[in-house]
Amino acid sequence: MEIKRNSLRALGGLILAGIVIAAAPGLTAAAELNRPAPDFTLKSLAGKNLKLSEMTGNVVLINFWASWCGPCREEMPLLNALHSKYKALGFTVLGVNVEEDVNGAKSFLNDFPVEFPILLDNTNEVSMQYKVIAMPTTVVVDRDGNMRFLHQGYKSGDEAKYRQMVKKLVRE
Amino acid sequence: MLLCGQLLAAVLPEERVDLLYHSYDGGGVEVTGPSLLLRKNIGNSVSVGLNHYVDNVSSASIDVVVTASPYTEKRVENSFAFDYLRDKSTMSLGLTRSSESDFDASTMALGVSQDMFGDLTTVSLGFAFGDNIIRQNGNDDFEETAQVRSYRLGISQIFTRNLVTALTLETITDAGYLNNPYRLVRYEDSTSSDGFSFQPEVYPETRTSTAISMRANYYLPQRAALRGAVRLFKDSWDIDATTYEIGYTFPYREDWIFDTRFRYHDQSSAEFYSDLFPFRDAQNFLARDKELSAFTSTSVGLSASYTLARGWSFIDRGSLNLELDWIHFDYADFRDLTEPGPVGEEPLYSFDAQVTRLFASFWF
Amino acid sequence: MPRLPQLSMLCSLLLLAGCAGEPWVKPYERAHLADSIMSFNPNPVSASYLHHVYDSREGARGAGVASGGGCGCN
Repeated sequence: MEIKRNSLRALGGLILAGIVIAAAPGLTAAAELNRPAPDFTLKSLAGKNLKLSEMTGNVVLINFWASWCGPCREEMPLLNALHSKYKALGFTVLGVNVEEDVNGAKSFLNDFPVEFPILLDNTNEVSMQYKVIAMPTTVVVDRDGNMRFLHQGYKSGDEAKYRQMVKKLVRE
Repeated sequence: MLLCGQLLAAVLPEERVDLLYHSYDGGGVEVTGPSLLLRKNIGNSVSVGLNHYVDNVSSASIDVVVTASPYTEKRVENSFAFDYLRDKSTMSLGLTRSSESDFDASTMALGVSQDMFGDLTTVSLGFAFGDNIIRQNGNDDFEETAQVRSYRLGISQIFTRNLVTALTLETITDAGYLNNPYRLVRYEDSTSSDGFSFQPEVYPETRTSTAISMRANYYLPQRAALRGAVRLFKDSWDIDATTYEIGYTFPYREDWIFDTRFRYHDQSSAEFYSDLFPFRDAQNFLARDKELSAFTSTSVGLSASYTLARGWSFIDRGSLNLELDWIHFDYADFRDLTEPGPVGEEPLYSFDAQVTRLFASFWF
Repeated sequence: MPRLPQLSMLCSLLLLAGCAGEPWVKPYERAHLADSIMSFNPNPVSASYLHHVYDSREGARGAGVASGGGCGCN
């Protein structure tokens, strides 16, 4: 029957599409690397200018975030906890906000304050420098100023990966 | 298997609870009831949804009043949805079951959706099949079936930071008993005191339709959104229809969001439709269902949404919403038989309906 | 009838191709697109009800609200 044949073909096509997707290797959103981190100077929410190269000697976790991005909001308190835990060992988190309008960040931080510095990249110059292709993006820089770890996106549980990397670099 | 190096992924549907009260009032028909939705993630990759919906119908519509007597009815529809997310792809399964005293429908829907080109494009494919069982109240011997198959392709595209569009193509085929066991057609009959008589409607056993729609949302400065959509429809029963929609959403102060919309629908009649056939059994197929006639429907709508205070324990945010739509149906070839007039020249029928939705949504 | 079965096979191939080129709207430029007022379907329960109202009273059906758009998160 006409309908049956076409139904089967369409169903076949959909199943094929499903198999293609399911069979594809799960792409990791994390990578280890070793490249100098591009230097930048950004104004912080507190008003001061912060230059990345002035932080050599410390391990720095740079997190690109926006108040409108759900996963970004979810990971902020976890980054705050990471910052508190390791700051005494020469570690800091830098939250780079990528929004044009600073009010988004201000209003979010009002409800959920954090200890670490929030830098304002409202012209997206640094986002472009770091080739940010996902929201959020996390880059961990070692004590010599080299990018050692890149993580794109955030899913519940990813903070364990951040912690692992930070622990390793803090010991160097 | 090579998928490109972009490491972006889609997101699962939002976790939420919606409690809605709906009401339709127009043309002698009143339908009210609740619709409850729960959407929850399980882990990072799976989302499940449950919906419970009820229609409490009280009908004294024009067809009912002319050929039968007012009735009340209750329809219950339950559905289950399952979504699986992996990187940039989402696979979905949906199961729906609807039942009322003389009609049962079961539907299964499968879908796959893929984000591509840096997440600027989303392609989705869907396939659904349904089985309907049609019975007749007062006639226990009557039972018929119909099968529905639908195939759908959707492509959504982000054009600029302020513009997103979507194109959808959907083909639906039905086979089986496609009409309504209660509905009648009328034909000229000089032997009857009214000048016309009734006989049961007769429909073809298959129907194939294709619809294509294009929609766009545009972000306006100072936070507002303008949207538009057009849908073109054509089917094997010769119905041609075009539907246009435009809408405008804007916030007010901190907590309010308002929406206004306008919709216009214009359709031609099915090839075997007639308000008055010249004599009994005039054609192989006979219909007098106003849904299949030539008509226009014009609607305006208003909505108000109030954001509730944020962050109580596990609830992220909540909103209270009221949505109202007023629809005017205007028939070009369906006559109001409750009004006096010579046979075939009774006044054309038209009516207004008000559709109300009052609901609370909570995201967690 | 349009060849949707063949179309879905074609789309499977498109999925394999994945993506190409740089996105011209960067993920950090998606603030407006992520706003709920720009969503095609912000209130699914209410929208599906209104869709049902029209579907059951008009002769046309299909090609309703699509999915996609999104914030580019994750």
